[in-house]
Amino acid sequence: MGIIEAKNLVHEYIIRDEEGNVESIQTALDHMDLKVEPGQFIAVLGHNGSGKSTFAKHINALLTPTEGTLIVDGMDASDEDNTYAIRQTAGMVFQNPDNQIIASVVQEDVGFGPENIGVPTDEIWERVERSLKSVGMWKYREHSPNKLSGGQKQRVAIAGVMAMEPKCIILDEPTAMLDPDGRKEVLAAVHTLNREKGVTIILITHYMEEVVDADYVYVMDQGKVVMEGNPRGIFSQVDTLQEHRLDVPQITLLAHELQRAGLPLADGILTREELIDALERIVKGR
Amino acid sequence: MAFILDKVSYRYSEGTAYEMTALDQVSLQIQDGEFIGVIGHTGSGKSTLIQHLNGLLKATEGAIYFNGQDIYDKDYDLRDLRTQVGMVFQYPEHQLFEETVFKDVCFGPKNQGLPEKDVTLRAYEALRSVGLPDKYFDVSPFELSGGQKRRAAIAGVLAMKPSVLILDEPTAGLDPRGRDEILDLIAEMHVHYGNTVILVSHSMEDVAKYVDRIIVMDHGHVMFDDVPREVFHHYRELEEIGLAAPQVTYLMHEMQERGLDVNCDATTVDEARDAILQWIGNQR
Repeated sequence: MGIIEAKNLVHEYIIRDEEGNVESIQTALDHMDLKVEPGQFIAVLGHNGSGKSTFAKHINALLTPTEGTLIVDGMDASDEDNTYAIRQTAGMVFQNPDNQIIASVVQEDVGFGPENIGVPTDEIWERVERSLKSVGMWKYREHSPNKLSGGQKQRVAIAGVMAMEPKCIILDEPTAMLDPDGRKEVLAAVHTLNREKGVTIILITHYMEEVVDADYVYVMDQGKVVMEGNPRGIFSQVDTLQEHRLDVPQITLLAHELQRAGLPLADGILTREELIDALERIVKGR
Repeated sequence: MAFILDKVSYRYSEGTAYEMTALDQVSLQIQDGEFIGVIGHTGSGKSTLIQHLNGLLKATEGAIYFNGQDIYDKDYDLRDLRTQVGMVFQYPEHQLFEETVFKDVCFGPKNQGLPEKDVTLRAYEALRSVGLPDKYFDVSPFELSGGQKRRAAIAGVLAMKPSVLILDEPTAGLDPRGRDEILDLIAEMHVHYGNTVILVSHSMEDVAKYVDRIIVMDHGHVMFDDVPREVFHHYRELEEIGLAAPQVTYLMHEMQERGLDVNCDATTVDEARDAILQWIGNQR
């Protein structure tokens, strides 16, 4: 059984005028189907306005379905009685780290979540230690978040979610505001959580390079899943991705261009090593 | 010559316990019509640097000349500098505020004191040049999509016809197509109007693809200042300061390390493709 299962999921934003009359209805999710197994690292791609953030907000019950069902760890997200349990199961990390950090000391920020749900004090401190260590930020526990870099702040935000001991973390463009180093740090932290703690990861991103190591990829457009598969399968379809306003990693694009220039290369080359090996074979084969 | 920076230093909170040097004796020249990329990790001083160019920050030490005039001279009109040096901040759509897209774009030229007819013409021209369809002119800017909002915000700066356009990460948060559209637009306008463009970016791939010259900032110093090919040759040093080279540059260097004698200068996909095809051709 999947940890997250969307069946025919529909979400409509209803736009009302000043008197409260319905002015227009915008369908953000249009009969979407998706299934995530526990422990998977999932990437969700899609252009701005494709519905991926709307979907993400359903997973921790910030939004509820207009039609269809969404099951999170066996709980129906449409049932309001499940809201709190769902939010403890699925934690969310947003784009801007500055909007998510509230305390003036790192360790207090991480302890805020568990304190709010009434975890005993001793256990709060254990959770703070475990979470900060899992993202490599333990030595900054007494720092002020203001003095941290973007990547460090984002890792503190992830630790704050980890302290709630969720089974699943949804990250909505967590690296959009970070420099190359910050992006690397955050991605490495998320992969460690997935590998070592078995946390299910749902990563929403516009950076194709970040998708290469995911287990499975969903591509959304107009509120629907339009492509799904492993990264290699998805990135072999350069033209289809571009139709959905997306891209492929730079190395994949280069391989595609070389292929078009007549070199016998396979589809969906993802890494530099793969490409060099393939080029070497071409030359030696002559 | 658009700008000369002569030993410019800037210290935040000078004289307090929190004093921090953000720019340290930076000397630079920027010629009219250049397309420059500024890269550096968070806190390297790149935002501080560009905020000096339109007088938002005043250097603690040193001098800045714009078109031959000292901008810190007491008779110098900073208003004039700010109309000539247009700045598009990060997430510029957060600065949209008017009732309609058209009114929002009119705000800048109106503030410059232009007659109403000119204001209207400029707003039309700017909105056309960013490719926003006419049907959106009279809608609230808040009803636009993310990419459209950003175009509207950029149009607001373009309507002032700045001779120098500075953009601080104009594509953060946009999808790949939106990113290409905005950068293509900036590059086209650069060719068309010959204005000076300074692009601050975290994407090495974008910088390599569009600019003619890269300024690398680190700890308030200019670490490298050269054409992309030369700057990205220093990829190891760039990594040490939290940056990187484009993926294709790594590829070329790794090929050479494996004994494949390919030209390592490529910084874009097209250049890498040509270099690899040439190398393959040489193997015959």
